[in-house]
Amino acid sequence: MTAPAPAPPKPETPERRIGSLEVLAALLVLLVVFRGPLSSLVSGPALQTWTTVFVSVLVQAAPFLVFGVALSAVIAVYVPRSFWARALPSHPALAVPTAGLAGVVLPGCECGSVPIAGSLIRRGVTPAAALAFLLAAPAINPIVLTATVIAFPGRPEMAVARGVASLAVAVLIGWLWLRLGKTEWIRLPHRPELDDLSRARAFWAACRHDVLHAGGFLVIGAAAAATINVVVPESWLTGLAANELLSILALAVLAVLLSICSEADAFVAASLSQFSLTSRLVFLVVGPMVDLKLISMQTGVFGRRFASRFAPATFVMAILVATVTGAVLL
Amino acid sequence: MNRLTQGVVLLLFGGAILRASMTDLYLRYVKEGLRPFLIATGVLLVAAAVMTIWYSFRAATTHADDDQGHDHHGPGVGWLLILPVLGLLLVAPPALGSYAANQAGSVVVAAGDSNYPPLPEGDPVELSILDYASRALFDAGKSLEGRDLRLTGFITTAPDGSPMLARIVLSCCAADGRPIKLGMTGRPPVDVPADTWIEVTGVYSAQTSKDPVNNVDVAFIEVKTWQEVAQPKQPYA
Repeated sequence: MTAPAPAPPKPETPERRIGSLEVLAALLVLLVVFRGPLSSLVSGPALQTWTTVFVSVLVQAAPFLVFGVALSAVIAVYVPRSFWARALPSHPALAVPTAGLAGVVLPGCECGSVPIAGSLIRRGVTPAAALAFLLAAPAINPIVLTATVIAFPGRPEMAVARGVASLAVAVLIGWLWLRLGKTEWIRLPHRPELDDLSRARAFWAACRHDVLHAGGFLVIGAAAAATINVVVPESWLTGLAANELLSILALAVLAVLLSICSEADAFVAASLSQFSLTSRLVFLVVGPMVDLKLISMQTGVFGRRFASRFAPATFVMAILVATVTGAVLL
Repeated sequence: MNRLTQGVVLLLFGGAILRASMTDLYLRYVKEGLRPFLIATGVLLVAAAVMTIWYSFRAATTHADDDQGHDHHGPGVGWLLILPVLGLLLVAPPALGSYAANQAGSVVVAAGDSNYPPLPEGDPVELSILDYASRALFDAGKSLEGRDLRLTGFITTAPDGSPMLARIVLSCCAADGRPIKLGMTGRPPVDVPADTWIEVTGVYSAQTSKDPVNNVDVAFIEVKTWQEVAQPKQPYA
């Protein structure tokens, strides 16, 4: 199932073109005909678990993806450019924390915030502010913080530390972008020109494009996360828990690999009970900002040159800030 | 991918999600509470698909040049959305079972209030594995003494070969599913294959052990009788 994607159709011969619709129809017929062998192919326990996790990540993420896409289409079509100029402080250094705090009011997980941030940049919001929003929104919204309180009963400081550290990372990365970032690293995908279409038509065109685009990259990320989930047994981790530095690094890497939705990761962190609270805080701060499915989606929405710089910088910043916050608050 | 194909892919994706949320299929992958959002998602996707297909046909009949231009090729990565459609409509993988239960360590049972409320009426009384483990480990079984208990779960095999009763606990979706495991003393099922769902009737046992995966306490139940049952509608706890 991790096999490369069905290649985009190419015209076979110059005189008789095979369109993508014909390819799709043939593919579907083949799939239905070979349904039996296909199902028995995934009957081994490991492969079956892989398929279950893969499908469930997508089913769980689909509402957030579609909500994010619809909101970003509304931003693209119905919110005039001048609105953002009025809503955000004109000085970029002040716009960054404002945009980060705006993440509080947008409940959702990380899959939704990637297309929204892309849409904000298209509409002229300074990239630093849009990126601060991208990092903060999935980590500090009320649903996620409530879930953290529930997952760590009797330890509300865990949720406080998570909110503080996540917001700090988002703002610091935004400011870092103002200093070092280059706009040409961001390459937003070509989107069908919306300006000459009627509003309703532009809305649906933006939805269609973004679902296919961000959704396709979400599929890659879900496949990677399912692979890690099945291939890496948790018992490997137990040996690392004794050393504080090793356990921080191990849980940071685990957060990237597992790609769990930010609304659920607190419960997973709670069950990693052999690890220290600070290393579990690192897990909670890194996860919603850098993980396999996010890297895949960011590559798709902002381009490879952007993602290859943004993800490592965020990863390092998140570990540092979360470790310091943990040392102070926990 | 031309616009019509994009519409069909969206229709398949939305249709697959709608079908899964209309039946009980979605319960194998996510929590019950997500259902209204899944239905809304499916409806929105189908609407986007219908609008796409409609615009594409209208453009084809009015002025054909509009739709045949090269700039209408959608993102190639969108083809990948066929995979979840395939997973949901053709394969429909089962809920997580013993394989996942052996991969991960038992959940940490939350220490509830120090005074557990008395068990509800009933003989035997129905109890979830999670509730049993919590009362057994943190209340030393005080609220369980003297009652016949009935628990439902599937069989998984401990590293030493003995059968355990398990259930997967979800907080969001199957990717974060963690097992809660119970050891069995008394007359535990013998030679029952893993992943068989059983209903166990028994009494509290003070025995505990450690989950080898993450060193968490595992409670035991003393089995009196057991019988095979069908997988419950809600496979997760």
